Amino acid sequence: MSDEIKNIKVTIDNITIDVAPGTTILNAARQIGGDVTPPAMCYYSKLEGSGGKCRTCLVEVAAGSAADPRPMPKLVASCRTTVMDGMVVKNMTSEKVPDARAGVVEFLLLNHPLDCPICDQAGECHLQDLGYDHGKEGTRYQFARRTFKKEDIGPYIQLHMTRCILCYRCTYVADQLTNKRVHGIVDRGDHAAISTYISKAIENDFSGNMIDVCPVGALTDKTFRFKNRVWFTKPVDAHRNCTTPGCCGKATLWLRGDEVFRVTARKDEWGEVQSYDGKPGWICNTCRFETKKTESWKIEGVTTISRHSVIGANKYKTLEMPNETVKRVMKGVEPKLLMDIHSISNVNNPDIHLSDIKGPAHSGDFKK
Amino acid sequence: MQALTNKAKQVSRKPMSFMEKMYLPAIFKGMMITFMHIFKKKPTINYPEKKRPFSPVFRGMQILNRDEEGRENCTACGLCAVACPAEAITMEAAERQTGEENLYKEEKYAAKYEINMLRCIFCGLCEEACPKDAIYLSETFTPADYQRKQFIYGKNDLLIPHPKENPEAYKKALGNRANKEMVN
Repeated sequence: MSDEIKNIKVTIDNITIDVAPGTTILNAARQIGGDVTPPAMCYYSKLEGSGGKCRTCLVEVAAGSAADPRPMPKLVASCRTTVMDGMVVKNMTSEKVPDARAGVVEFLLLNHPLDCPICDQAGECHLQDLGYDHGKEGTRYQFARRTFKKEDIGPYIQLHMTRCILCYRCTYVADQLTNKRVHGIVDRGDHAAISTYISKAIENDFSGNMIDVCPVGALTDKTFRFKNRVWFTKPVDAHRNCTTPGCCGKATLWLRGDEVFRVTARKDEWGEVQSYDGKPGWICNTCRFETKKTESWKIEGVTTISRHSVIGANKYKTLEMPNETVKRVMKGVEPKLLMDIHSISNVNNPDIHLSDIKGPAHSGDFKK
Repeated sequence: MQALTNKAKQVSRKPMSFMEKMYLPAIFKGMMITFMHIFKKKPTINYPEKKRPFSPVFRGMQILNRDEEGRENCTACGLCAVACPAEAITMEAAERQTGEENLYKEEKYAAKYEINMLRCIFCGLCEEACPKDAIYLSETFTPADYQRKQFIYGKNDLLIPHPKENPEAYKKALGNRANKEMVN
């Protein structure tokens, strides 16, 4: 069958590629990879029906197709526009696109609180990256941002509605991964908000994947909340034999010393959940929230982090501890320390295990 | 070998004269120079009694700032720690509970905040990285001490005095620079 499908040619930023008919411009650009790929805040290739909401993936179509080479009058959302034979697309080579995208980012940030210092997503936030990429880390907006009543949606997931950009990814996760969706978008327009029906807790086995798909810090891991900044934890790839049907058991552990602070699904280069044998590697809530012991996991190696990311800063890129020369040379005699930092320092106390605390730490947790 | 610069001087190998062999004239010459310095202006000062004016960009010991109501500005965002080239700063964050609003400005705060002053190089990058106006390098030296363990500064050592409970100490801690800025 596949031989019969005629591939079509599309040119993106002067790079020509053959793709299958029905491919979107965004996916064609992802096949080329690199800087040619438009950013996407709402489109998620593993979630059916996602995309078309945030408009960050706008591209210019300089020639519609070989048959009709007229340019498209407006910028189009590349996640929703399928390629035509002979189509010429301009992304970074276009004059209009960076400007339009900067405008879109500014609109996304209108109601987004600039509370990155508090937000647990900071450091791996797509909106943060996008804002800084387009020089929109500040704001011109002078009015009160929309606020919401705080809502508790269960012991695992922390909802920060003010940070939501309404990408709908989490509702698709609930629809496509779980049998019953208990949350959704209520109200409309400026009042639209992610909510559960009458503060119902989200208790499905795969609900934790909402955290991974959320491009901003609207849905974050409550068991990791305020425990540490992302860039101070060390990501390692690990797997375990998970008995939950549908769970791939392959995850990224975010370690601090030997403590597992957070478990997430593994991410690919587009920030999406990695696929295994064509299936997205979602992980279940047991793996994500309940298995926070290093013994339960088989660690494969250090996760490769893009060198532009702050997450890779100040860390050994291997799992092996550095060799202590003194002990080896002195035939087993430990080096005499002038000061043992743990005897004075209150931070990183070996007796306080932050990973054992269910939610965020409070003032009482440190008084022991 | 060709000399790289013209600063090299040829060493004289000729034998010493009688006057040089006695050494005494040279000693007296040296003593004379020492003696002359008694009448010269002293370049040093008696430090704790007298103090030199600081440069306007002097970077001294860190302080953790509070806002006008005395709430701690720091939200434990970790930017100072990641910016610190000496890795002197460590912290642990906690969530603010109801009833603690008068203590901490934001919903997250630094439950523990430590600067290892043995490591700190007073570069001021923490001050530059801070998005919350929470950390400043003040106009005071880090006091000297006899033991290493005294140099692990916790929040008690770093926090600025409470502006309402102890306004005088707060004003003093703000230092001259802050007062000047207020006038302007």
